[in-house]
Amino acid sequence: MSFVEYGDTIKDGDTAIVFLGHESMFPVKVHHGTVTQTKYGVIRHSTDLIGKKYGSRVTCSKGGWVFILHPTPELWTLNLPHRTQILYSTDISIITMMLELKPGSIVCESGTGSGSLSHALIRTVAPTGHLYTVEFHQQRAEKAREEFREHGVEHLVTVTNQDVCKNGFGVSNIADAVFLDIPSPWEAIGHAKSALKTEGGRICSFSPCIEQVQRTCLAMEEHGFTEINTLEILLRVYNVRTISLQIPDLGKAAEDNSSTGFDNSDPSSQGSSCWNLQQGTAQFKSGVPLREMVGHTGYLTFATKT
Amino acid sequence: RKIIFEKQWFYLDNAIGHIYGTTFEVTSGGNLQPKQEVEETTTETKEAGTDNRNIVDDGKSQKLTHDDIKALKDKGIKGQEIVQQLIENSTTFRDKTEFAQDKYIKKKKKKYEAVITIVKPSTRILSTMYYAREPGKINHLRYDTLAQMLTLGNIRAGSKMIVMETCAGLVLGAVMERMGGYGSIIQMYPGGGPVRAATSCFGFPKPFFDNLHEFPLSKVGSLLSGTFSTETLPSEPEDNSLVEEESNGLTAGKQASLQETEEDSTTETSMEINETEEQETMDINAEDVEFKENKEKANVRIFIVRERKQRERRKKLIEAAALLREKNADGLIVASKFHPTPLLLTLLEFVAPSRPFVVYCLYKEVSRICCFRFYSLSLTLFCCVTCLFFKPLLECYTKLRERGGVINLKLSETWLRNYQVLPDRSHPKLTMSGGGGYLLSGITVVLDKGKSDASNLEALKMEEPSSKRCKVQDLDC
Repeated sequence: MSFVEYGDTIKDGDTAIVFLGHESMFPVKVHHGTVTQTKYGVIRHSTDLIGKKYGSRVTCSKGGWVFILHPTPELWTLNLPHRTQILYSTDISIITMMLELKPGSIVCESGTGSGSLSHALIRTVAPTGHLYTVEFHQQRAEKAREEFREHGVEHLVTVTNQDVCKNGFGVSNIADAVFLDIPSPWEAIGHAKSALKTEGGRICSFSPCIEQVQRTCLAMEEHGFTEINTLEILLRVYNVRTISLQIPDLGKAAEDNSSTGFDNSDPSSQGSSCWNLQQGTAQFKSGVPLREMVGHTGYLTFATKT
Repeated sequence: RKIIFEKQWFYLDNAIGHIYGTTFEVTSGGNLQPKQEVEETTTETKEAGTDNRNIVDDGKSQKLTHDDIKALKDKGIKGQEIVQQLIENSTTFRDKTEFAQDKYIKKKKKKYEAVITIVKPSTRILSTMYYAREPGKINHLRYDTLAQMLTLGNIRAGSKMIVMETCAGLVLGAVMERMGGYGSIIQMYPGGGPVRAATSCFGFPKPFFDNLHEFPLSKVGSLLSGTFSTETLPSEPEDNSLVEEESNGLTAGKQASLQETEEDSTTETSMEINETEEQETMDINAEDVEFKENKEKANVRIFIVRERKQRERRKKLIEAAALLREKNADGLIVASKFHPTPLLLTLLEFVAPSRPFVVYCLYKEVSRICCFRFYSLSLTLFCCVTCLFFKPLLECYTKLRERGGVINLKLSETWLRNYQVLPDRSHPKLTMSGGGGYLLSGITVVLDKGKSDASNLEALKMEEPSSKRCKVQDLDC
């Protein structure tokens, strides 16, 4: 296993995702002799996991079963231990595309935070690119380093523990893209510019408040960035459900019959079978929006250095 | 070579040697000149009104006539100067607020100052461009939706991906960019060959194409049933045999999907799939014929070259078939005009367990037709609501659940909002909604054929009456 390469079977030392169903899952570190408790019973790593194929169904001690999945940055984002607020895959996807990241890209990021975006960036720039990530919180920086080592991607990332607004990214003129997720991104725009290659590159700043965006845009303009563009992306998830609606009784029994007759005479139209006239309901499948959705994560401001 | 862009024409010769992102001015002779940074000539704009209470729209505020402006243009005067003249001859300009003046200048600049910037192609640029200019060619796949697909599909270097798209090759190009030439891609194509008009815009280096394979969709059925062999491949001039094969292949594919669904559901439900497929099939055939006719003409001319090409094609086809047969692909991306259900149910067979898949679908056309039909049947609006959205992906979702072997199914859509950010004038620009399409994503798992399957089947049978009824109704729309 590695976050940048698929493996077929589960091995000692892997990070795997235990999928319990209904979007409930958690990560495990696979070790000989270790056991993991789930609500369906115990999973014994030596016998239940190691050597099995990723994607297999594992039966737990109580007879219930779970699926073991290969880790991906997207699954990690949903399961990682939070040390800060994190970026989710919806924002990450547009960031990756708008920063024009691909294998071989050199990226600078600050702050590292919980490493949600970092994993996605590393995935995209591997095997020849590199991520320089700056985190001013020492403990978080160290935790991130540890995770990158565990996930087999340490050769693709450099974690620096310093203040990006004061000391910059620790590199200059090598980056294809810069990403900022800090409280005062406008103070880091100058450093971002010098980190980017002389021939140019892309920058993105993530801020929850419009006032932050305002100041960032001004700073970008002052530093000669072009193509400044601010956007926001929202994810809407739908539940697929079978819904039945009651047909009101309008006292038009005779007319109903005639329309049913009409339907039956049309060979292609069997739609009336969905109308259960005896019960007075009609059933259909519908994509129902979740009752609550994420309404705002942050504004994403993109710009180009030329 | 002469290029026409936004009512301007020019030659690109002068642009060679400049770095990407250079801005050029179009001169009268169609030559490009690099534009220097000009200091904004904001001489008198300091004078400005506070509101528009005294500004009357009498149509006489601009003292220059239409002919005057045309004369200026014909003289080849720089756009910048024309704008300056327009400002000077506008009686109301001084009374306008500072913001309105700003807006006025911006508008005029856009019209009279012909500047173009030459940028490097990328998924960002091309997908934005295609969505704005030719959305029909890419099934209205909005760029943020494409971005989601690339992320949800975990596209990266070293993977073995299956791509089925009818988006002019844009999705393929996006996947190729993210894979950077590492790993392999098998593009499944309908009809006579894959469309890669957008792919060629990326300007990928040659090695990127070494591990790009293609496989005709019409052969998938025979590949899965094990009857696929090189003998069935066209060895004669392929136009005629291909037409035949195409239709044969299609029926074969249909049978395959029939067999497949038969395994876990009744024949009746699979019949329904067939019906939907038939509509699609008709479309394909109509297009194929046209395509083939053109092909035929070309064929007569370059017969011998054809032969050689065909041998190569055959070799590549065998390679692609071998890759597919391993059934260990690292992901599946579908973004086509076809009904996604049969595509997904069949193509998932080639994907290894614990791998992501993403299906894009735009429902709008479907829902519109369905509304129309219902109105014509003079039924109530209620029926319309039942099939207004998600028809194909909803069905796909249900079918996948029945098939098993997939988890974490998610039906989603993204909304994108652009902002204008200017001092004291920040607000959302436009909401783009609905037009971006919908995604169905999930992860494959090992498909167990054990005891638990029996219980699953039972559960299915319990559910069947209701789901069946709904599908009949869906079709009807």
